[in-house]
Amino acid sequence: MSSAQIEIQLIASLVAIACAIPGTFLVLRKMALITDAISHSILPGIVIGFFITHDLSSPLLIILAAASGVLTVVLVEFIQKTGLVKEDTAIGLVFPALFSIGIILIAQNANDVHLDVDAVLLGELAFAPFDRLYIRGTDVGPKSLWIIGCIVVITLGLLFTFFKELKISTFDTGLAAALGLSPVIMHYGLMTVASITTVGAFDAVGAILVIALMIAPAATAYLLTNDLKKMLRLAVFFGVSSAIIGYWVAHTLDTSISGSMTTVLGLIFLFVYLFAPNKGLFSVLYRQKQQRIEVSLLTFLLHLGNHKEEDERHVKHLNEHINWQKVQSKSVLDLALKNNMITIDNDIVSLTKKGKKFTTKAIDYIISNKNSEIETMKDRFFLFRG
Amino acid sequence: MSNKIAVQIDDLTVAYNYKPVLWDIDLTIPEGVLMAIVGPNGAGKSTLIKSILNIIKPIAGSIQIYGKPYHKQRSLVAYVPQKGSVDWDFPTTALDVVTMGTYGSLGWIKRPGQKEKKASLEALEKVGMLAFKNRQISQLSGGQQQRIFLARALVQNAAIYFMDEPFQGVDATTEKAIINILKELRKSGKTVIVVHHDLQTVPEYFDWVTFLNVKKIATGPVKDIFNDDNLTKTYGINYKVSVQQ
Repeated sequence: MSSAQIEIQLIASLVAIACAIPGTFLVLRKMALITDAISHSILPGIVIGFFITHDLSSPLLIILAAASGVLTVVLVEFIQKTGLVKEDTAIGLVFPALFSIGIILIAQNANDVHLDVDAVLLGELAFAPFDRLYIRGTDVGPKSLWIIGCIVVITLGLLFTFFKELKISTFDTGLAAALGLSPVIMHYGLMTVASITTVGAFDAVGAILVIALMIAPAATAYLLTNDLKKMLRLAVFFGVSSAIIGYWVAHTLDTSISGSMTTVLGLIFLFVYLFAPNKGLFSVLYRQKQQRIEVSLLTFLLHLGNHKEEDERHVKHLNEHINWQKVQSKSVLDLALKNNMITIDNDIVSLTKKGKKFTTKAIDYIISNKNSEIETMKDRFFLFRG
Repeated sequence: MSNKIAVQIDDLTVAYNYKPVLWDIDLTIPEGVLMAIVGPNGAGKSTLIKSILNIIKPIAGSIQIYGKPYHKQRSLVAYVPQKGSVDWDFPTTALDVVTMGTYGSLGWIKRPGQKEKKASLEALEKVGMLAFKNRQISQLSGGQQQRIFLARALVQNAAIYFMDEPFQGVDATTEKAIINILKELRKSGKTVIVVHHDLQTVPEYFDWVTFLNVKKIATGPVKDIFNDDNLTKTYGINYKVSVQQ
């Protein structure tokens, strides 16, 4: 690996970390769409900053861009508060307006400089190592590495300092306000961090893909854990892994780095969405199927318990009596037999002692919703888990 | 009940978009009462509580908690919001939610430690939820979630408790358990203020009541003012409730 390659991967990883942290809170606050808005509407801030400094990595540019990001949030909330339109409409009104101002400013004034719409939208990580920072004539590394490095350090510092405040104002704004832990400050603080991160990441991955880096790792992590700290760690892990894998995919296929990173992110999300242990699609489908069978089993056992007469318990008549498809009654019958809950004698089905006990217990549980007796059954039957 | 005044509200007016939802409220809540706030939907019951807790800024009037403004008396007040006001899919456990009750006394930046954890576990035990301390909150039933919210208020160890519809969507057992805890709080000298919907249970659960419908209709001891006259004034229709004393 050349030093440029290492630098690119380092920058990409830092961008992923810087995005995953505010992204986690935005996903939990159901504000994913606002990152879309911010990532576009920071453009006028960047353009104006660029006209003043003529330097794409100047701190003034970051400050102005962050200010226009926060302005977006303020405008969205202002329009929303009028009660005339809903939040999504307000977002849809604000960011195209600000973004188009940025586009017009670029088209009018910046035709001859290195700031074009493509670069703004997609970024170009491959060029990042060429723009270097010199301190007293010594080359200390790519400028964007330093910028995003600083943003990561600040973001981590804020996260560790205000973790408790962020958590409570995200979970329960009302209580946070009542306790004096100003959720308004947390809200705008988070928006400022998200805006600054977007500016820092934007040079590397562009305004559109930065949304993916904020939302996808957090959304993936959300499917895998019930613990906020773990969710943050997982989001960072997914972000960094897809940054590095994405780089090598781009290297191998000779294609866009940011595009590959985002594709990898999407694939990781898809994989987790399908196979996550509890919230994944397959696990949910499996659970539903099991529950269906268990409910059928219970219905079946209850029917047996309620009817002494033999014609009600004849294997061939079960279908009509409980009104089931053949396949279903066969699988339920097998399940009950396997668990020694019934015996079949001359095609007449009878409950065993175990079957009787199970039925009474299960019905009791469903009616009283008491937990103590059923705990052992929970491990074997989905029906009794939350 | 002592002679001290827990909450004093004078000329309170609250508006959303210049439309008043609470209009010139004067209300004195004595220390040590278990008080229901009743009124129809949109009467401003939740708004009244939120204004007292400074979550909503009133456009006029003053609110005093034991003679001082709320922001100086935060440690004396605990709050149970409506269950539906939070996202129960949030990635956290029952114990963690209860621990949030200690964040107020911790103040900014400081993290909860062993002392806070111990207090939270005790509160969980009081509401009979200790066995569920590590359960993810979305895996709890509605009644269990409400108990967790109650535990979070208990851990604040306050003098005044505000609860916004604590009986909404809970089963009869949980309702009894909650009201018993509230009665215990009152016995130990605390003031408990509850937004309440079920008029039938007012005389059984509460000793003080406030009728509210944008304006204050009446406030006082249940045995004196919980009658058809005030109910009709509040709800606008001819109301008949058999009041058992």
